[in-house]
Amino acid sequence: MEALLAFSRPALDWHALAPELTLLAFGTLITVVDIIWDDRSKQAMPTLAGMGLLATLLPILTLAVDGTERSMFGGAYVVDDFSLVLKALFLISGYIVILMSVDYIRDGDYYENEYYTLMLTSLLGMVMMSSSRDLISVFVALELLSIPAYMLAAWRKGGARSNEAGLKYYLMGVFASAVMLYGMSLVYGLAGSTTFGVIAQELGSGAANPVAILGILFILIGFAFKVSAVPFHTWAPDTYEGAPTPVTAFLAVASKTAGMVALIQLVFVAFPGRDDVVQPFFWLIAALTMTIGNLIALRQNNIVRLLAYSGVAQGGFMLVPFAVAAEAPARAFEAVVIYMAIYAFMNLGAFTVVLAVARKTRSGEIDSYGGLFQYAPGLAVAMTVFLAALAGIPPAGGWFAKFGLFRALLDAGGGWAASLGVIVAINTVIAFAYYARILVQMWFQPVPDGDERPIVITGALRAALAVTLVATMAFGVLPGLVGHFGEVSVLSALGG
Amino acid sequence: MEVTGFDTWVLSLAVFLPLVGALVIMLIPKAYEAELKLVALGSSLMALVVGAYIAVQFDYGAAGELQFVVDKGWIDVINSRYIVGLDGLSLPLLLLSLVVVPLCLIYSWNHIPDPGNPKAFFVLLLILSTGMNGSFVAQDMILFFVFFEVVLLPMYFLIGVWGGEDRRYASLKFFLYTLFGSALMIISFLALFFLSKDASGELLQTFDMRVLTDVAGVGIIKSTQVWIFAGLFMGFGIKVPMFPFHTWLPDAHTQAPTVGSVILAAVLLKLGTYGFIRIAIPFLPEGAIAWAPWIGLLAVIGIIYGALGCLAQKDMKRLIAFSSVAHMGFVMLGIATLTDFGINAAVFGMIAHGLITGMLFFVAGSIKERYHTLEISRLGGLLKAAPRMGWILGFASMASLGLPGLAGFWGEFPAILAAYNPGAGMPEETFRTYMVIAAIGTVLAAGYLLWLYQRTAFGEPTEEFAGHEIADVNRDEWIAWTPFLIGIVLFGIWPNLIFNVTDDVVSGITATVEAIAAGS
Repeated sequence: MEALLAFSRPALDWHALAPELTLLAFGTLITVVDIIWDDRSKQAMPTLAGMGLLATLLPILTLAVDGTERSMFGGAYVVDDFSLVLKALFLISGYIVILMSVDYIRDGDYYENEYYTLMLTSLLGMVMMSSSRDLISVFVALELLSIPAYMLAAWRKGGARSNEAGLKYYLMGVFASAVMLYGMSLVYGLAGSTTFGVIAQELGSGAANPVAILGILFILIGFAFKVSAVPFHTWAPDTYEGAPTPVTAFLAVASKTAGMVALIQLVFVAFPGRDDVVQPFFWLIAALTMTIGNLIALRQNNIVRLLAYSGVAQGGFMLVPFAVAAEAPARAFEAVVIYMAIYAFMNLGAFTVVLAVARKTRSGEIDSYGGLFQYAPGLAVAMTVFLAALAGIPPAGGWFAKFGLFRALLDAGGGWAASLGVIVAINTVIAFAYYARILVQMWFQPVPDGDERPIVITGALRAALAVTLVATMAFGVLPGLVGHFGEVSVLSALGG
Repeated sequence: MEVTGFDTWVLSLAVFLPLVGALVIMLIPKAYEAELKLVALGSSLMALVVGAYIAVQFDYGAAGELQFVVDKGWIDVINSRYIVGLDGLSLPLLLLSLVVVPLCLIYSWNHIPDPGNPKAFFVLLLILSTGMNGSFVAQDMILFFVFFEVVLLPMYFLIGVWGGEDRRYASLKFFLYTLFGSALMIISFLALFFLSKDASGELLQTFDMRVLTDVAGVGIIKSTQVWIFAGLFMGFGIKVPMFPFHTWLPDAHTQAPTVGSVILAAVLLKLGTYGFIRIAIPFLPEGAIAWAPWIGLLAVIGIIYGALGCLAQKDMKRLIAFSSVAHMGFVMLGIATLTDFGINAAVFGMIAHGLITGMLFFVAGSIKERYHTLEISRLGGLLKAAPRMGWILGFASMASLGLPGLAGFWGEFPAILAAYNPGAGMPEETFRTYMVIAAIGTVLAAGYLLWLYQRTAFGEPTEEFAGHEIADVNRDEWIAWTPFLIGIVLFGIWPNLIFNVTDDVVSGITATVEAIAAGS
C-alpha cells in the first residue's frame, strides 16, 4: 500500500509527445465522425486522415527547430534528431499510402472509415518505435503497429487470399513476438533493467554469457521476422500478394522500416559491446536475405510477388551495414537511415504504378505490362525510374543507398566486410535481371490483347506518383538532400 | 590558370545541352515529328559548337594540365564534388563523342528502325550523349561513376527496343555484364577513397581525381593496390571489352540498331580504355605494374581470338564486332606496355577504331537496310550494285586492317612497336612474345577483312539480288559519313594532330609509373 501511494506521476514533456498525441487525436476523431455521420462522412475520411498526418508533421518540425534532446521515463522514451527524422519518414510514407488508398478503398468493397483509423493507429506505433529506448516500449510500439496491420492485410474480407494473407501474417507475427519476448526476458534477467542504456552497460563487452547470447539472438530473430529476413521471410510473399495493394505497399515500406528502426536502436544502443554476437548474425542474415530474395524473385510472374521478393532482398541490403556496426558505427548507421529513406520513395513509387496499371488491366501478371510504353508512356517512364532506382543505377535515387552500403563496408575494412561487399555487388546484378523483366514487357513487348486505351490516373495517384518520382530523382541527382538527414539523424547514444 | 566568365560554363554546356534537348523533346507531343528531330539535332549541334569553341580556346601548350576546370560543391556528406575539366587526353575523346552523336541523328533522320517512335529514339540518344561527354570530363570519381552509369539504360533500351531478333537476350547480357563491372568499380573507388594517403601519411578521404593522380597511390601498399586494381580492371575491362569478358559485345553489336552499334563502337568502348589511362594506372601505379603482363596477355589473346572469331563469322555485323575485340586488344596491349609510346598509340587507336569501326557499322547498317540481310554468303557484287558504297566499304576495311596512310595504322603499329621495349620493371621477353603474337594478329586482320570485302563487294551480285535495284549512298548517308571518312584520312596522314595533344598527359602518367618502378 505504501509503495502504491508513493507513486508519483513521471514528468511529461508535452511538446515531446505532441506528435503522438496529434496522431492519436485524429485517429479518434475519424472514429467519432464515423459514429456520428456514418455513411455521409465517407468522402471526408481520406482527407481527414491525410490532414492528421500532415498536422502531426508540425510538432515534429517545431521539435526539430527547437533541437534539444528530450528524454522521458528514465530514458525509455527519447526524442532526438534520429527519432524525428524517422517519424517524419513514417508520416510521409503513410501520407503517400493514403493517397494510394483513396480510390482503391472507395471503389472496392471495403470498410472505409476503419481502414483509415487502423492506418493511423499503426503509424502511431511506428512513430513511437523511433523514440523507444526500452524493451517494454519497443514491444508496446511493435504490437501497436502490428495488430492493425494484421487486420489491414485481411481487409479484402471476401477474398480467400486476403484472409490467408492476414492470418499468415498474424500467426507469424505472434510467433515472432513470442520468441522476442522470451529473449527479452533473458536479457532482462541478466541486466536487471529494461532500459537500453543499462542493458548496454550490464551486457558490456568481453567474454559473453551464453544466456546473454541466447537472449540477444532471440530478440534479433524476432525482428528478423518483422523485416522478413531470410529464413524468416516465408510469410511475406503470400501476405503481400493477398493483401490489398496499398496495404502491401504499407507493409513493404513502413512496417519494414519500423522493424529496421527497432534493430538500429537495439544494435547501436542496447548491444553496442556485443558485436561478437551481433555482427556474425547480421553478416549471415544479410547475405542470405539478399541472395535468396533475389534468386526467388527471378522466378516470379506476378508483379506484386516480384516486388515482395525484391523487398525481401532490399531488406537484406539494409541489413548489410549492421554487420560492420562496431567497426564503422557512424557510417553503418548513416547507411541504414539513407537506405530506408530512399527505399521508401522508390518502392512506394513502384507500387503506385502497379496500382495505376491494375486499374485498367485488372491483373497482377508481369505479362499484363506488355507495351505499356505505347499506351501509357508516362507511367512506363515513371516505372523505369523506380526500377532503375531499386536496381541502383544512377541517376535514379537508389544508387546512393547502395553507395552508402559500400562506403560503410569499406570504411570498416577487412576480409569479412570486403567479401560482403562482393556479395552485394553480385546481388545488384541479379536484381537487375528481374527488374529488367518488367522493363522488357513495358518497352519491348507488344500490348497483349491489342487494347491500347490510355490509363486514367486519378488525382490522388497522380499526386503520389509526383511526390515519389520527384523524390527518387532528386535523391539520385542531389544525394546531399538525403545524405544530410542521414548525417544529422545521429542517434544520441552514438554521441553525435 | 584562372577560369573565368563563359569558360566556366563551356564544359557543363557541352555535357548537358543534349540532356536539355532531351527534356524539351519529352514535352513536345509525338505528332510534331519534324520539330522533335530539329530540337534533337539542334541541341547536339549546339553541344558540338561548344566543343569547337573548347577546341579553339584550348591551350595546346599546356595540354598536360586540366583546363576549363570547374570545382563546385555537390554531395558534401561524402566529400564528393562537381569537378569537371579537360586535358589533352580528354579533348580528342570528348570531340569524338560530340561529333558522332549529331551524325547518328542525321543518319537516323529518315530511317528510324522498327518499331519507329523517333521521339523516344532521339531522347535516348541525347541522354546517352550526356553520359558519354560527362564521363570524359568528370574529374571526381563519383561524378565519373554517375556519368559512366547514365550510359547504360539508354543503350539497353536502344538495343532492346530497336534491335534485331535476339535483342532481349543481347540487351540484358550487355547490361548485366557492365553492371557487374561497375559494382566492383565503385567498391574500388571507395577503397581508394578510404586508403589514399598523401606524402606525409595523412588520410586524404577524397574522390578528387586530380589529387589522386598527384599522390599516385604512395600510401597504399602493393598487395592492396593489386586488389583495388583488380576491381577497376573488372569495371573497365568488361567495358573495353577484354577477353574473357568480351562475349557481350558480339551479341550487343549484332542486335543493336545501326546507330547503336556505331555509338557503342565509336565511344562507349572507349570509356573502358579511358578509365585505365585516366584512373587505374595513375592512381595505382604499383598495381598497374603488377597487372600489366596479365593485361598484355589478355590483350594478345583478344587479338588472336577476335581475329579467329572473325574468320568464323557468317554475319557481316558480327564479323565487325569480333574485329572490335581484336582492335581493342591492340589498344590494351599499348596500354599494358606502360610506355609513353604505347599509351599514346592506345589513345590514337581509340580514336581510329572509333572512326573506322563506326564507319564499318554504318555501311553494314545501310547494306542491311537495302538487302535485308547481312549474311555474307548471300551478299556479293556490292561494287556493281552500289559502287560508291562498295568503295566506302573497301576504304574502311583497308583502314581497319591498318594500311599505312590511314588512321588505323597509327593505332596498331606503334602499339606493337612499344611492346618490344616495355616500361621499366616489366618482363621484356614476355612483351616481345606478345609483340610477335600481335604482329600475327595484323596478318589475320588483313585476312579476314580482305576476305570479307572480297565476298561482299567483288564479283557479280548473287542470284537472289541480281534483278534488284540497290540504291547507292543517299544524301543523309553522305552527310553522316563524310566526317568519318575525312577523319580517317586526315589522322592517317597527319597523326601528330592527335599525338601532339595527348603526349603531355601520357608522358606525365608514364613518368609517374617509372618513378614508382624505380623506387620499388
